[in-house]
Amino acid sequence: MTANRDSGPLLSVEGVSKTYRSGRRLADRLTGRPETFVQAVNNVSFGIERGEIMGLIGESGCGKSTLGRTILRLHEPTAGRVTFDGTDLGALPDAEMKAMRRRMQIIFQDPYASLNPRRTVAEIVGLPLQLHGLATGRGALREKTAEILEKVGLKSMHLDRYPHQFSGGQRQRIGIARALVSHPEFIVCDEPVSALDVSIQAQIIQLLTDLKQEMGLTYLFISHDISVIGYLSDRVAVMYLGEIVELGSVETVLANPRHPYTQSLMSAVPEVDRPGHRSRVRLTGDLPSPLAPPPGCKFHTRCPLAIDICRQKAPVAESVGPGHTAACHRLHENLSLLEQEAS
Amino acid sequence: MSAPTDKTLLQVEGLRTVFETRDGTVCAVDGVDVIVERGECLGVVGESGSGKSVTFNSVMGLVRSPGRIEAGRIMFEGRDLRALNQTEMRAVRGRDIAMTMQDAMTALNPALTVGEQIAEMLEAHDKGLPSGRNARRRAIRAHSVKMLGLVGIASPETRLGQYPHEFSGGMRQRIMIAIALASMPKLLIADEPTTALDVTIQAQVLELITDTRAKLGMSVVLITHDLGVVAEHCDRVMVMYAGQVVEQGRTADVIMRPKHPYTKGLLGSLPRLSLRGQRIEPIEGQVPELIDLPAQCRFYSRCRERGPECLKNIEMRDAGNGQTARCVRVQKELAT
Repeated sequence: MTANRDSGPLLSVEGVSKTYRSGRRLADRLTGRPETFVQAVNNVSFGIERGEIMGLIGESGCGKSTLGRTILRLHEPTAGRVTFDGTDLGALPDAEMKAMRRRMQIIFQDPYASLNPRRTVAEIVGLPLQLHGLATGRGALREKTAEILEKVGLKSMHLDRYPHQFSGGQRQRIGIARALVSHPEFIVCDEPVSALDVSIQAQIIQLLTDLKQEMGLTYLFISHDISVIGYLSDRVAVMYLGEIVELGSVETVLANPRHPYTQSLMSAVPEVDRPGHRSRVRLTGDLPSPLAPPPGCKFHTRCPLAIDICRQKAPVAESVGPGHTAACHRLHENLSLLEQEAS
Repeated sequence: MSAPTDKTLLQVEGLRTVFETRDGTVCAVDGVDVIVERGECLGVVGESGSGKSVTFNSVMGLVRSPGRIEAGRIMFEGRDLRALNQTEMRAVRGRDIAMTMQDAMTALNPALTVGEQIAEMLEAHDKGLPSGRNARRRAIRAHSVKMLGLVGIASPETRLGQYPHEFSGGMRQRIMIAIALASMPKLLIADEPTTALDVTIQAQVLELITDTRAKLGMSVVLITHDLGVVAEHCDRVMVMYAGQVVEQGRTADVIMRPKHPYTKGLLGSLPRLSLRGQRIEPIEGQVPELIDLPAQCRFYSRCRERGPECLKNIEMRDAGNGQTARCVRVQKELAT
């Protein structure tokens, strides 16, 4: 490892886009209807420093999971470049990419769907060790697997059990053990707590923060829950319809959100601390279909501040403070939905 | 729990609902008392398996075999709903008490248009519809358009002819609320109305419920696992754990001064921006299996404050100000 590599961000994402071809029915093909595309991720750029937790927040269908998977090359990006520890992942041949996967892992949202019901815990968690040749012999394999289970709060007596014998929270611990067993450096946490009950959610969040300290991990933490992101991330990227609309440190973005979407997202979260003390931004309508995204700024169909230019031209992200960027045509007018409604 | 008054709309006493399984009898709801006053919004909080949905499915008479209501009284406007036969219950269900389900996609009929589903509700609970066939149809249509408009669906006339799959998740939830509200019920039971929705849509749906409650003067029971939702929308809250009510009281009191260790634990488990850098204190362990529970506090194994005095059945104890909790350590405080 060169000194140069150590100094840069661990992961950098430059202009990444991911487009899916939308299903075309036979009738569509026969009548020669043109193909339609879903632009799930559109020209996204950011970097993640070593040891950092980058939060990625957005509503369902905004492309946050696709982005997480595209970064790991579980999906090939349509455009753009992902660099991990100085290596351009897109340029790696398959064999080297496979070796690289030891260092970058993912934890999935659904602890029921993401574990093979026909495999024991030892097989599920031990698989990465076998794939990457990290343990030779049955004894060593079991020993390393048991070791990681202890780390995530399970016991070696659980080794020969099947996923259905565990509760949701325990299954998520198995998923975490599988991601950590190869001692990766970077983990995409894709909504790892949103399927869990409040008390179990707190256990898993605490576990993930403890493990990060202990094992020196870097996370991309994907969530739709502002409270979770606000509690544990260092920086946050706010995504809307495939684009990052605001990015910055959690303190600045959540204390002083500049994009109207971030502002409305913040005001929509009910909090126990100060009920009724916040002004409510009323967003009307639903997320537009990514099959037919609106022209101009993609948020203009729901934005209370939209003016003519927003309907015609897409805004470009600009700096609004140290390390804080937002993409909105009306940034300089210093409008805030939050204050406006309060007055 | 405070005594019923003439403002009381629904009163449930000692409800016990069990399910027979191969492993034994699961007591999903065990001695639950509920009071809902006219015009108020009661929040019901608890984790999966705490019995919150089963309690209100019991109220609606929707518990099916292998489940059954074993004991308890369910009084609605002075009538015991358990004593009603199927026909009588069907008249109450939907007309006086309406319920919305968590998953709008599976609760709506995919083969009927939205208009047909609202009409079905109105036909079943005919409230002064004209008798002539055409006049009746026109009245139903006018009322359906009004209901869709009420729940904030644009161009309701066109939307009436569409099927559930043509609507987004938030829209479907609103349609279910429209169907529930069509017969102007006295009580709306909303079971996790926003759990499947995004926050910005969640805010819209909850405001809709709160607004219509004020407009129609109805009572609402809001079943949720989100304490934030309760804090912003409910007058009173009832916390459930392992089939029992463990704490209830005015929302502000319960959230600011929780008495039961479980409620404290839940509030302490919430990740918040204001707690950055501090450790959250999760409740360790898991909810006990609801089969053959020993006669002791159900939260015992997970409680930080447990002691030998907890190893017996614990009754609800008065904490003052109308707040009660199922914990031996609760003492009555002077009214503030």
